[in-house]
Amino acid sequence: MTSLVLLDYDATGIKQPARSAVAAAAKLGEVHVLVVGENIAATAEAAAKIAGVSKVLVADGAAYAHPLAESFAALVVGLAAHYSHILSASTATGKNVMPRIAALLDCQPISDISDVIDADTFVRPIYAGNALATVKSSDTKKIITVRAASFDPVAVTGGAATIEAVSGDTTNAGAVFLSSEIAKSERPELTAAKIIVSGGRGMQNGENFTKFIDPVADKLHAAVGASRAAVDAGFVPNDFQVGQTGKVVAPDLYIAIGISGAIQHVAGMKDSKIIVAINKDEDAPIFQVADYGLVGDLFTILPELDNAL
Amino acid sequence: MKLLVPVKRVIDYNVKVRVKPDGSAVETSGVKMSMNPFDEIAVEEAVRLKEKGIATEIIAVSAGVAACQETIRTALAMGADRGILVETDAALEPLAVAKILKALVQKEAIDLVVMGKQAIDDDMNATGQMLAALLGWPQGTFASKLDIADGKATVTREVDGGSETLALALPAVITADLRLNEPRYASLPNIMKARKKPIDTLTPADLGVDPAPRLTTVKVSEPAARKAGVKLADVAALLDKLRNEAKVI
Repeated sequence: MTSLVLLDYDATGIKQPARSAVAAAAKLGEVHVLVVGENIAATAEAAAKIAGVSKVLVADGAAYAHPLAESFAALVVGLAAHYSHILSASTATGKNVMPRIAALLDCQPISDISDVIDADTFVRPIYAGNALATVKSSDTKKIITVRAASFDPVAVTGGAATIEAVSGDTTNAGAVFLSSEIAKSERPELTAAKIIVSGGRGMQNGENFTKFIDPVADKLHAAVGASRAAVDAGFVPNDFQVGQTGKVVAPDLYIAIGISGAIQHVAGMKDSKIIVAINKDEDAPIFQVADYGLVGDLFTILPELDNAL
Repeated sequence: MKLLVPVKRVIDYNVKVRVKPDGSAVETSGVKMSMNPFDEIAVEEAVRLKEKGIATEIIAVSAGVAACQETIRTALAMGADRGILVETDAALEPLAVAKILKALVQKEAIDLVVMGKQAIDDDMNATGQMLAALLGWPQGTFASKLDIADGKATVTREVDGGSETLALALPAVITADLRLNEPRYASLPNIMKARKKPIDTLTPADLGVDPAPRLTTVKVSEPAARKAGVKLADVAALLDKLRNEAKVI
């Protein structure tokens, strides 16, 4: 039984969620990975070093320069015959491509798994993580996306996989990439950060994120996140959003500042190892999930925290 | 241009869901049901396309139990022209729904499908992508902006770390993300008018679809609850705990 993992990567390298997907696949048996893109020899070599990977398939070509669901799915379907399981992390690309692959193979995808029970049985959160469903698939192939926060990523090094070039269908079904606007940041990505400092509506405006949260995040080498309320109020861009409708994170330390603790936010961060809440309302629901709480004015507490670090 | 907007009846997003004591499923009896929030956004986008003169007809479709009619009525009150209920008591998975929608797209000669990116009950995030695959159409998932012109859809999509823009040849499938628009509330006159709009009823068999599920639910359980911790006096006490007890900084 061999699994194929579609690897997510960007200019900085193979993404941590991709290594979590490899970790999930490793529970099922032998793991091959697929790297798709244009001029990606260096990425393929990095993929060959990932712990637990025995073979790297590389589809290198102009047709794959951007991750279009149409051409990626057409390629993977052509490779599917050799694999019992095809997985990807639940990243924007994985969520876009994997169901398309599943439909072309007449399979029901198993989205966002948080545990592997056996080759057919998986646990996945439903209702924004307010319930966990254990499901058994009767499909001959399992098409799976993996909740990265639920699997410790395999090591970047330790593997010595063979590299094999593959090619396949490049059908784009009439989809053409025009442009992308990816925010540049010196900070770690939310889904890969060990520490996250998040602000909510209590921050009052975007300038206060820069003035009060950024210095603390810099000292802790933390990523900056936000609640949906803060995003909807326009304080910060949407890609800061942690929660049911944003990113699901599980850092070692999550500091929630001026965040009340709406169900939809908690669904995105409750698997963090340690949660700290700072809020002026001592009855805020966030304190019900926080390991440590500070009740008080965040505009007093944050500068104190900054000075003490 | 003829639009199809699939709408799903789900537990209202404000309801705290409870797992049945026997661990077989989430309790749905006696619970407030509403249209899936992402589908409301899809209906709103379709209605705006009609208001701009781009769409000529909007068909709202729901697949499931008879009560899904209410969800279709909501879409009709927002501005959809007519409804189709594909009635079945079977639990439908995205693959079966995608097959039902494919059959309807072909039956009704649809030019554009606009739907929610994800249902907030099973959180599968799959049906739109699967429908596009079955039709051989391009897909614009997680859309935060949609423009239709010259036989093309220009779609801005939310991706990790930012956004990207694609051009899709029509026909296509678009799935709505939260920021695509702010759905309207149906006015009372429009709710009254919606009662007179037609809803056809079909079955999966009428469309040649076998809705048998591929996944069996072994059990449904509550996630481990987090315990409330301690409230501390000041920043010094917090840092002491983080350094010496939790050892995370």
